[in-house]
Amino acid sequence: MGNSNLVLRTKLIDRMFHWSMVSCFMLVALSGLSWFFPSLNWLGYVLGPPQLARVLHPFLGIAVFALLMCMFVRFVHHNLFVRTDLTWFRHIADVLLNKHGQKLQIGKYNAGQKILFWGIMSLISLLFVSGLMIWRAYFAGFFPIPVVRLALLAHSVAGLALILLVIGHIYMGIWVRGSIGGMVSGYVSRAWARQHHDRWYEEEIAPTKPLPSKRHG
Amino acid sequence: MGMQSQDIIRRSATNGLTPLPQARSHEQEVAKLIDVSLCTGCKGCQVACSEWNDLRDEVGHNVGVYDNPANLSAETWTVIRFDEREDEAGKLEWLLRKEGCMHCAEPGCLKACPSPGAILQFANGIVDFQSEQCIGCGYCIAGCPFDIPRINPKDNRAYKCTLCADRVAVGQEPACVKTCPTGAISFGSKAEMKDLAATRVEELKGRGHDGAGLYDPAGVGGTHVMYVLTHADQPSLYHRLPDSPHISPVVRGWKEWLKPVGALGFIATLAGAFVHYMGVGANTTDETPPDEPEKELEDAGQGPNDNGRDA
Repeated sequence: MGNSNLVLRTKLIDRMFHWSMVSCFMLVALSGLSWFFPSLNWLGYVLGPPQLARVLHPFLGIAVFALLMCMFVRFVHHNLFVRTDLTWFRHIADVLLNKHGQKLQIGKYNAGQKILFWGIMSLISLLFVSGLMIWRAYFAGFFPIPVVRLALLAHSVAGLALILLVIGHIYMGIWVRGSIGGMVSGYVSRAWARQHHDRWYEEEIAPTKPLPSKRHG
Repeated sequence: MGMQSQDIIRRSATNGLTPLPQARSHEQEVAKLIDVSLCTGCKGCQVACSEWNDLRDEVGHNVGVYDNPANLSAETWTVIRFDEREDEAGKLEWLLRKEGCMHCAEPGCLKACPSPGAILQFANGIVDFQSEQCIGCGYCIAGCPFDIPRINPKDNRAYKCTLCADRVAVGQEPACVKTCPTGAISFGSKAEMKDLAATRVEELKGRGHDGAGLYDPAGVGGTHVMYVLTHADQPSLYHRLPDSPHISPVVRGWKEWLKPVGALGFIATLAGAFVHYMGVGANTTDETPPDEPEKELEDAGQGPNDNGRDA
């Protein structure tokens, strides 16, 4: 970038995983909603006529799952809970009320983002497994009807929960200025990094500069 | 096929706030009554069904039982079930039952179906699949308490007995009824069929079939295909005919409970986000050089970069 005020937060490969997954997810989520809320039937037309949407939905769902598993491998080590996450939880009200100032020892992702990470990963896994079980064209016939019923319920619950989580995720991206741009270009400003991810900045970014003094290991 | 001459009382995946076509309100509830004690298992009904409905299922294999084809399929809408049973006295009984759609008053298939108008219930009681609206998801299979609908792998659409809706609409009885040589299948208004069944049950009881009775299960609001069973106290003897069929609580929870809860979840999430934004405003970053409070950073990453900050 040649701009020393900007720091690389998300590599190109990770951004590509993220945005390709987003594209597939939008289509899967909208078509799924069209069947869960028949009054929103029109949402399903993002995938063409209803029969075609029914055919495409599971394949795109597998693409979402596969891309999220790639992201899991790439992101999991940043999303393991650590002791300093407690600081963030203790200051959750300040965080939500835009009260900056305290250093909350936030690593590359804050505790809320970690909850989102594990929520998405567990829900997509549940959606994947239950989705296979209710996939009438290939797999549903291998399961007894009462099991298929439970899988249908689980698929709906998990789908709703995931979409609501993602709405929250999108809102956070809109609310925290600079984060969507960060996920597109990969770069955030130093001030942004210090404000939202102070520990990450100190440990991963600042030390690359020729400066001594305290390190947090 | 759409039965324009009949009232629609339920339509799959359709909001109840919008009334269905119901100007013609003279429809009488119809019913098919199958008297298992008169059935000889000739399979004439299966042939008549295939013939009238232009179904030609693939010829299967003899698997050592009389059930042939071995199961219902998208191209076999009715099949005679043959179950052997030894009673307490060691006497062999051969229990025959013509299996097919029961045309429930509360159809589980229709409740589960996500495709608007793919399943219709008419005022005369017929529950009919509208193949051109069917998306092939197979939810009707999960919704049905009787395991009746089948997806056709050729076209990915669900099929089942229509109760010959096309014949009934023009005043004819279903093909199976017309063809049955022993009179085991009757057709008429539901009230007439219940009367007929009551008469027949009395006869059977008089002949020593103490368990004889009518199968018109209340758990699904009654059905428009009813059985006279010689063992009405044990319907499951007849090839697992459910003793007390009902729409699964899981399906009800999915369609009746989760749907409003999910809608509230959406409203709450979107409203919550909007209110938060209105109240708190955007979470912006002050890009001007940090002053004293940031000092604890010990100049980390600052000193050398000050000149680049405004860029």
